[in-house]
Amino acid sequence: MYDLLATAIIVASLLVAAWCFVAAARDRWIDVTHLAGLTVLELALLTQAAFAVVRITGGERPEELATFAGYLATSALLLPAAVVGSFMERTRWGAVIAGAAALISAVLTLRLQQVWSPLHG
Amino acid sequence: MAEARAVNTGPGRVLVGLYALFALAAGARAAVQIASRFDEAPLAYLLSALAAVIYLAATLGLVRGTAGGRRLAMICCSIELAGVLTVGTFSVFDPEAFPDETVWSGYGRGYGFVPLVLPVLGLLWLRSTAAGD
Repeated sequence: MYDLLATAIIVASLLVAAWCFVAAARDRWIDVTHLAGLTVLELALLTQAAFAVVRITGGERPEELATFAGYLATSALLLPAAVVGSFMERTRWGAVIAGAAALISAVLTLRLQQVWSPLHG
Repeated sequence: MAEARAVNTGPGRVLVGLYALFALAAGARAAVQIASRFDEAPLAYLLSALAAVIYLAATLGLVRGTAGGRRLAMICCSIELAGVLTVGTFSVFDPEAFPDETVWSGYGRGYGFVPLVLPVLGLLWLRSTAAGD
């Protein structure tokens, strides 16, 4: 996996998550700034997924391919699903949904790194 | 007597999202473990599968939000809490029985202890939305 991109995703995820939780703490729903952050984050996650697919089709194999594929698919689909959930819940709790998903994106990216090369751990 | 507050809105929707994600995580993990190396730790892998089923049932119960759904969610959260405490304790004192991590091993350590917190939040939420409080 690409360490630089993964690190950037983890940092960005944490920032977006914090920004969503600020909205929740102020009893606000997400606004256009949160949606912009989530969009950038999703594009980065999709880029990461594309790189991984290219490397796998090129013959490289993570230790546990099925587990890796599961994490990869979840990392690509989680934020869109959370945004849908957030639009269904237009209260501070919608902001919590978006923030939790951003936080989980960071964890998924970390796990993707670990599963790709366990020695990285 | 006050009406029961909707269990499937507000914080309830956050819980539903987390439960759905954990149903997926535990289910996928159990599927991989059972398919690739069931012989190594059948008990642990069956527990993973059981956890997935319970997370799924809790998700459905919370989404429905009817009296039956609430009861289902209540039962599932209770089983989960008992499960994470029991499996957590066993995995600490008898690691041999759980050579490979499950969602409930080490009190859910591998998942940021969310498996330990989730049933507690679920039970609190069910209680706070119950009629007549």
